[in-house]
Amino acid sequence: MKEPTSPTLPAVYSVNAQDAAIKEPSITSGQQHPSDTPRQDSGRVGEGLLRVLVYVLLCLAAVLMLMPLVWLVAATTKNSDDLLHYTFFATRPVSLFGHNFALLKPFSVDNFKALFAAIPFGRYMLNSVFISCTTVIIQLFFSSLAGFALAKYEFRGKKLIILLMLATVMIPTQVTMAPLYELIYRMGLVNTYPGLLIPSAVSVFGIFLFRQAILQVPDELLHAARIDGCSEFRIYRDIVMPVSRPMVGAFCLISFMGAWNNFLWPQIILHSNEHFTLPIGLNTLVGPQSQLYGALMAGTFLSILPVIVLFLLLQKEFIAGLTSGAVKG
Amino acid sequence: MTTTTLEHSAVEPSAQRASQWHRVQHRLAPYLFVSPFLILFVLFGAWPIIKSLVLSTYTTNGPKDAVYVGAKNFQFLLSDADFHVAVKNTAVFAFWSVVLQLPTALGLAILLSQPWVRGRALFRLAFFAPYLVGSVFVAVLFNVLFQPQYGLINTVLHFLLPSHFPLDYKWLEDASHVMPALVLAGLWLYVGLHMIYLLAAIQAVDKDLYEAAQVDGANTRQQFWAVTLPGIRPVAIFVLLTSTIGSFQLFDLPYILLNNGPGPNQSGLTIVMYLYNTGFVTGDLGYASAVGWTLALGVLLISLIQLRVTGAFKGENE
Repeated sequence: MKEPTSPTLPAVYSVNAQDAAIKEPSITSGQQHPSDTPRQDSGRVGEGLLRVLVYVLLCLAAVLMLMPLVWLVAATTKNSDDLLHYTFFATRPVSLFGHNFALLKPFSVDNFKALFAAIPFGRYMLNSVFISCTTVIIQLFFSSLAGFALAKYEFRGKKLIILLMLATVMIPTQVTMAPLYELIYRMGLVNTYPGLLIPSAVSVFGIFLFRQAILQVPDELLHAARIDGCSEFRIYRDIVMPVSRPMVGAFCLISFMGAWNNFLWPQIILHSNEHFTLPIGLNTLVGPQSQLYGALMAGTFLSILPVIVLFLLLQKEFIAGLTSGAVKG
Repeated sequence: MTTTTLEHSAVEPSAQRASQWHRVQHRLAPYLFVSPFLILFVLFGAWPIIKSLVLSTYTTNGPKDAVYVGAKNFQFLLSDADFHVAVKNTAVFAFWSVVLQLPTALGLAILLSQPWVRGRALFRLAFFAPYLVGSVFVAVLFNVLFQPQYGLINTVLHFLLPSHFPLDYKWLEDASHVMPALVLAGLWLYVGLHMIYLLAAIQAVDKDLYEAAQVDGANTRQQFWAVTLPGIRPVAIFVLLTSTIGSFQLFDLPYILLNNGPGPNQSGLTIVMYLYNTGFVTGDLGYASAVGWTLALGVLLISLIQLRVTGAFKGENE
């Protein structure tokens, strides 16, 4: 993993806690693990069998976990005639050198055509991208700024704020749905983007995540910047944020996934088709009418694609961010 | 005063004034940094929590008309048959989710943590992929997977156990099969997430402890019970708690899986679905708040019991 630093900073100062957690310690430190140390010969055969068994179980689990996703891709790319005829991918027989082979049929765009004919999918996608990105930016800015303040400053009311946030963490968000709706209604924001965005603007989870990450930024770094005449906001922007980049990456993905998959609140607040996000819009297609299921699968496929791509880009940061709080207690 | 100093310091770079401005902005900075978040948090986080307590003593018709009813909402909850069904379904789901998800996740984590396993990143990605799909799209996907005749689940089960599972085995239309379907979809969705936590915890266990145990003559199984399990206990408790709390907030999965309703014979009605129905379909925000607070207190109680039973409180003093 590349060291996330601004050019002015020595790499040593980056927040390495996350890096440490994700550097796959097991792969490199495998040789030192006790079960790898030489054993008596009698244990060798059993050991070998055990390893085979572990791989068999792992592969079985992987197949079970991936099968629905493979099926989803298959259903998405089949043409409308093949949808119900093939369990997975549609094939066609090919004769080559006297032998018959089954070859994959070319991808069909039937389902995508059906999808775009059935619902304004592009509009939903745009709404989702806009809402999710806005949520991430708002949450990232407010959470990291407040997390910085709670990590690196002593000020009056700090303990009270932390206590207040801890108290609300225990309460399920659904408790606030009714009064929030009333509030948004009073503000005249029902069925608007702001009405959708406002309740998710605050992320208590994000504050704790950033507070924890920024706590590990060395104080000397901040002092040095102050002596050089840096304002406090510049310290936040030019030192704290670049140094916490792994956490920023993790938070962005976690926050994006939360907004992307948000269902209950949009379902409550959005009434008109042109405001629908993907979860709400795609849900209008769900039903017993099986002739649309190809379109539905194409829509699902397109809907999960952005998250998968983002995850593959930010995988290491994501897993570190996810587990850092829990593992370190 | 600060502003004048600011302007002046730009024109006449007096070192003293600059440092004064510096001190002031240093003292004000934390308040300025915290306040945007705090204002939003109080308005849309803390205030609604208090407001929902107040609201739970009213009967409303949409967001406008509210009539004070005192504790009647909570009294009615006690005798509300639909709510009882919702509580029962949610509790059953939570129980089976925890019982199936956690051991499976732990098993996968243990398998993956073996130091000689190759392709760990790929396996991990495979197990974690369903979580990336997200509950909404998992529900949409499984709505199709569970369909009779062409759905993947019936195809596979019919292939493996033709006598038990006919191709038209009804998962979502038969009240007694809805809960197994929900638990199965939940297992597929969440097992990878729990595994990630547990795997990270296992890998963070101090390697020296294993060596010490080996010196003492402990075999692999004894090492697991004496070193691994105690080492991952805080994380295991965390996963137990969050998965239980999450299960009690079940909504997306049954709502979408069962075509935006509670399913046949209300077999998929959950507490949050009931909250949604009473508050935002029927329009009684007061009653919905009462449901919400009952859920919150129930979850809190269960969390405390779990912490007590797992000995998490004692662990802190050690």
